Amino acid sequence: MEKAKFSFLTEKAREIRLGALEAVYSASSGHPGGSLSIADILSYLYFEEMNVDPADPKKADRDRFVLSKGHTAPALYATLAAKGYFDKALLKTLRQADSILQGHPDMKHIPGVDMSTGSLGLGISAACGMAISAKASGDAYRVYTILGDGESEEGQVWEAAMFAAHYKLDNLCAFIDWNGLQIDGKVTDVMNPTPLDEKFAAFGWNVIVIDAHDLDQIEAACKAARECKGKPTAVIAKSVKGRGVSFMENQAGWHGKAPNKEQYEQAVAELTASV
Amino acid sequence: MADKIATREAYGAALAELGEKYDIVVLDADLAEATKTLTFKKKFPDRFFDCGIAEGNMMAVAAGIASTGKIPFASSFAMFAAGRAFEQVRNCIGYPHLNVKIGATHAGISVGEDGATHQCNEDIALMRTIPGMVIINPADGMEARAAVEAAILHDGPVYMRFGRYAVPYLYDEADYKFELGKGITLAEGSDVTIVATGLMVHIALEARELLAAEGISAEVINIHTIKPLDTELLAASAGKTGAVVTAEEHNIIGGLGGAVCEALAGVCPVPVLRVGVEDKFGKSGKVPALLEAYGLTAANIAAKAKAAIALKK
Repeated sequence: MEKAKFSFLTEKAREIRLGALEAVYSASSGHPGGSLSIADILSYLYFEEMNVDPADPKKADRDRFVLSKGHTAPALYATLAAKGYFDKALLKTLRQADSILQGHPDMKHIPGVDMSTGSLGLGISAACGMAISAKASGDAYRVYTILGDGESEEGQVWEAAMFAAHYKLDNLCAFIDWNGLQIDGKVTDVMNPTPLDEKFAAFGWNVIVIDAHDLDQIEAACKAARECKGKPTAVIAKSVKGRGVSFMENQAGWHGKAPNKEQYEQAVAELTASV
Repeated sequence: MADKIATREAYGAALAELGEKYDIVVLDADLAEATKTLTFKKKFPDRFFDCGIAEGNMMAVAAGIASTGKIPFASSFAMFAAGRAFEQVRNCIGYPHLNVKIGATHAGISVGEDGATHQCNEDIALMRTIPGMVIINPADGMEARAAVEAAILHDGPVYMRFGRYAVPYLYDEADYKFELGKGITLAEGSDVTIVATGLMVHIALEARELLAAEGISAEVINIHTIKPLDTELLAASAGKTGAVVTAEEHNIIGGLGGAVCEALAGVCPVPVLRVGVEDKFGKSGKVPALLEAYGLTAANIAAKAKAAIALKK
């Protein structure tokens, strides 16, 4: 990736992380850990990969995005705000009773949200519906979704995996945010879904394993997904939960907890200082 | 035209007919032959997607399709459409108010021989609790066909409940008019109102005859749309007769009977007695034997009607 693009996407990822944390801190609740782990993927998708237009959020030929791991809405909202779908000042209203920014993504009220999600395992199925709809009418748009690693414990994920491969949904690209942690601890301790790469491959998917924080690898995966014909693509994205904030990194405890003032200030300082 | 048809048959035929006119797609979960969506599949193979035995996925897929502007019909047995996939219907279809039509067949006790695991007497109750969900339970083949078109023309989620068992045609095509959310007074009366839905409508008309033989005048109202409920019509009739009996092939908790009680309690409180499955599971058997065993009969409706009249102040 050329340097200017790399710098731009890196800055956008920083903006997403800062925005997500600002939202969670303002709300005194929310999910920072898994928001920070997907920031680089969201930066690449919204600022490089996807055909979307914040001035026309419902344009018919847009690429679609479904945050199947809907609890990391703060990262999606920060991305949409950075992209210009709505005023960044709204991020401070996350989870407040008079705000459009619901605790989990709400397509009815939030510009740029293509599907309401939050209940795990459902978003990937909805993404399959969008992808098969495009196939049925010969539309060229693509569909992207991000799942959590713990989310793959939901049986419906595998119903959707079967469906996508059966209908050869090569216009569907699913990222699995492999940060290795879920609420009750390590994913492999709570209910081990590994090997996810072999499972998706066995279900008939094109599988790519990447470092979720390496923009070059994200780009290569998106290109490979576009080039792959006849199969949906699963990108197993090995990430660090809480990425970018030292005391949150790899800590299951930061799955669904807001930082206090001191912690927030330290997090902002670290994210602002990072290269 | 045959004098009887299962509403599921009319559903399949309506999809195939209306597929010519509207941009609908149909999903099924390995039951196309039973839900009768096979009729549509044969005519429009490119707009039919079998989802396999995975109803939860099917409902969320339908939501995704609806989000792109097409009108998906998702079909399965009521037990799996409303029961198995309740959460997907609630979160993926109801919450975002997506334009998905759920065609649920094999509802109620009249599934017959398959027994309790397949006899869904809870679907109306489940669907009623989802904000914005429209629920239609047609009484005959003509009403089922009309319901499908009304569902297409309504912007938002619709749950349609169809039966496996053949029921007689109730209407002449020339005078029949289906209006979403409007009940139909099939017969006027002055002593008691019988409010029925689905399979129980023709049985309610039989009950009216039994009551007439005893000099009791019963009004019979067909409620094909259970949500939104035609409270105005119900209140007017209840106000006139002063007693109500409901009749449905569903648990008496949460279905038509529950809905009528909730509605009338606020606007026209009169005695309401409910005929339906009395908080029990179903069982295997021939349909006439099951209707008898669960009290879904004209005789029981007539008895409840007399009891409701006796409760009048």
